[in-house]
Amino acid sequence: MDALDLARWQFGVTTVYHFLFVPLTIGLGVFVAGLQTAWHRTGKEDYLRLTRFFGKLFLINFAMGVVTGIVQEFQFGMNWSEYSTFVGDVFGAPLALEALLAFFLESTFLGLWIFGWDRLPKRVHLACIWAAVLGSNISAYFILAANAWMKHPVGYQVVDGRARMTDLWAVLTNPTALAQVPHVVAAAFVVAGGFVIAVSGYRITRERRAATGGDAAVPLARAARVPGDPAMWRGALRGALVMTAIAGAVLAGTGDASARYMGEQQPMKLAAAEGLRHDTAGAPFSPVPGIEVPNLLSLLAAHDPQARVQGVEDIQRRYQAEFGPADYRPNIPVVYWSFRLMIVFGLSTVGLSLLGLWLTRRRRPVPAWFARAGLLALPLPTLAVIAGWLLSEIGRQPWTVQGELLTAASVSPGVSLGEVAASLAVFTVLYGALAIAEARLLVRHVKAGPDPLTVSPDPRGPGDVDAEAALLTPTLMY
Amino acid sequence: MELTTFWFLVVAFLWTGYFVLEGFDFGVGALLPLLTRGEAERKQMLETIGPVWDGNEVWLITAVGAMFAAFPAWYAGLLSGFYLPLVMVLAGLIVRGVALEWRGKVTARERALCDAGIVAGSALTAFLWGAIFGNLLYGTAVATVLGGALSLTLALVHGAVFVALKTTGPLRARARRAASGIAAVALPVAVLALPGIPAAGAAGGGWTAHPLPWLAAGAAAGALTAAAALLWRRREGWAFTATAASIALATAALFGTLWRAPLPGLTVAEAASGPYTLGVLTWIGLAALPFVLGYQAWTYWVFRKRVTA
Repeated sequence: MDALDLARWQFGVTTVYHFLFVPLTIGLGVFVAGLQTAWHRTGKEDYLRLTRFFGKLFLINFAMGVVTGIVQEFQFGMNWSEYSTFVGDVFGAPLALEALLAFFLESTFLGLWIFGWDRLPKRVHLACIWAAVLGSNISAYFILAANAWMKHPVGYQVVDGRARMTDLWAVLTNPTALAQVPHVVAAAFVVAGGFVIAVSGYRITRERRAATGGDAAVPLARAARVPGDPAMWRGALRGALVMTAIAGAVLAGTGDASARYMGEQQPMKLAAAEGLRHDTAGAPFSPVPGIEVPNLLSLLAAHDPQARVQGVEDIQRRYQAEFGPADYRPNIPVVYWSFRLMIVFGLSTVGLSLLGLWLTRRRRPVPAWFARAGLLALPLPTLAVIAGWLLSEIGRQPWTVQGELLTAASVSPGVSLGEVAASLAVFTVLYGALAIAEARLLVRHVKAGPDPLTVSPDPRGPGDVDAEAALLTPTLMY
Repeated sequence: MELTTFWFLVVAFLWTGYFVLEGFDFGVGALLPLLTRGEAERKQMLETIGPVWDGNEVWLITAVGAMFAAFPAWYAGLLSGFYLPLVMVLAGLIVRGVALEWRGKVTARERALCDAGIVAGSALTAFLWGAIFGNLLYGTAVATVLGGALSLTLALVHGAVFVALKTTGPLRARARRAASGIAAVALPVAVLALPGIPAAGAAGGGWTAHPLPWLAAGAAAGALTAAAALLWRRREGWAFTATAASIALATAALFGTLWRAPLPGLTVAEAASGPYTLGVLTWIGLAALPFVLGYQAWTYWVFRKRVTA
């Protein structure tokens, strides 16, 4: 164990942790903005209650995404100074643009949204949440373009041992990025959709039990305060099911494109993902070890069942000839299994959403068992996302920049094992405590449910700004 | 103007914006229990920064991102060189950010925990930034402590004046009195610490020796003195302008001193990215900056009214 290993652990742990919150920020933000738009258009109070309810959950989560994101930006320089010096000219540009064009938009307009209910005209206030979620989505584009460059570096030239950007447009329209951005953003919408499915399913179950007096755990007072609202929750559930199903289709299509780029640009990752040892024409795919579907890997990688797919050992031999003696193989079991788990967890979430859409078709009520099964939509897509990042980043090893810079040559030379151990300990303790706090806070607010409205505000009606503000601000402000 | 010079100024500008804007956020956070009596006043005090603190923090993210893009070797050397202090900065920012965001959504007991996080995270981070740059210039414990004391006391005065400017009632009066009291401590600290910034250039550590950082440091001390006088005359708006100017000028003195070599043995030219990257970022930055500044300013305009309890 040396400083390099710990720095890698720290980057892996903090990045996966950061990305537990990011998808909800991206996807749930759009969902909340959609709810508020629906309220704005129809004036139905259910939409307002849902906006406030999911808005609160969104904000609890948003805080975690922001603060853990700062760690990411600092960590490149702190732990990977050789990498940062080598790539900054190219890789730094999308990060700077992300801050300037996305983070300012996101944070400023979210502040306006949180505190602006009673100070802004309604249309402007609605525009604020859309501007904020636009910022979140733009930020995803820039950071993923930077990440794609590590896998498939383009638009640069190495001069005096440093990468120099020659074409920003090439970096921002890197085909790897154009496949990866919609894939990750769609995954974010699946995670957020799954979150809303789980929360709505939980509320449906809980309110039905309270209504039939079957749940002693729900105090009568609260059951009375928050009367069951099956129509509202069915609506939220249906919305989330639609969002998840559409995002799932995008996910599959862009995943297919990513697999093809992987075959071209990162053959080692693709070979490791299948455990394919030698170059093979008409390569098979094994859903699990021991079962092989003939020609499927060739079909996935090149859309040609007879295509030649490179194998781990042959790539290793070629890389040794090209880059010198070293082990260029990633951790194959991790890459192999994360590929399969990503697909299984991702597809099962999408399958669950399709099933839900069919079960609730044409005004059918939500079956009790499906409301409970909906809870699965919370962990499944998140596990898929984690597996996807493990495939993506561990599969890239031993490179930080494919073909240009090895991970071992990227680490900060002046940062000692003890220092990285200390920071890893700090982040582990802090992140662990905050994860528990966030989970408890979310659960508590989901259990409490939406606040009831005492009067019915009409978003299109004139002169009710103050009444509405008095109603809304206590829950959305500090 | 040459592109590396321009981008050095951009980075300095972003850090200045960060210290001025989050300076008062830090002050407000650190002074929360000292200036308030009861929950209503605490809410009142935090609401002064509620809509803006997150946007203010993006100035840091942009400053660091601009360093990464424009001066990769500076970014990498500074961040890896101050590894453990920056871990503490990050921990402070994490605790503080989460506490600010969650405070209104928790039970009374947890709220006390959030308040502790806001105070500790704000005070710690405000101290650490000055300590880091003091240590960078001299590498001594004295410079580290003096630098930290300078940034912390400036943030406290700036924050107290901001509360006085943005609130009404007893909180406003208390904040104004506190600001005067803190200024009485901050002034001697500033008189001790501020000359140390340009003096580093003369000390021969490879830093820049130039009259301009001296001028900026002197003006920073002058602005702080003016702030104290304006507080005495109850001119809160002007006092806030003066504390903002003091922080901006102190930052200008710092970056003026760093101009020749932002890190020991590394010149700005050596650290810089190529002309293509700097050029293309210049055009995008110039196109975007008016909008960014515009909507941030608009936020302050929307929330321009004093916050009542």
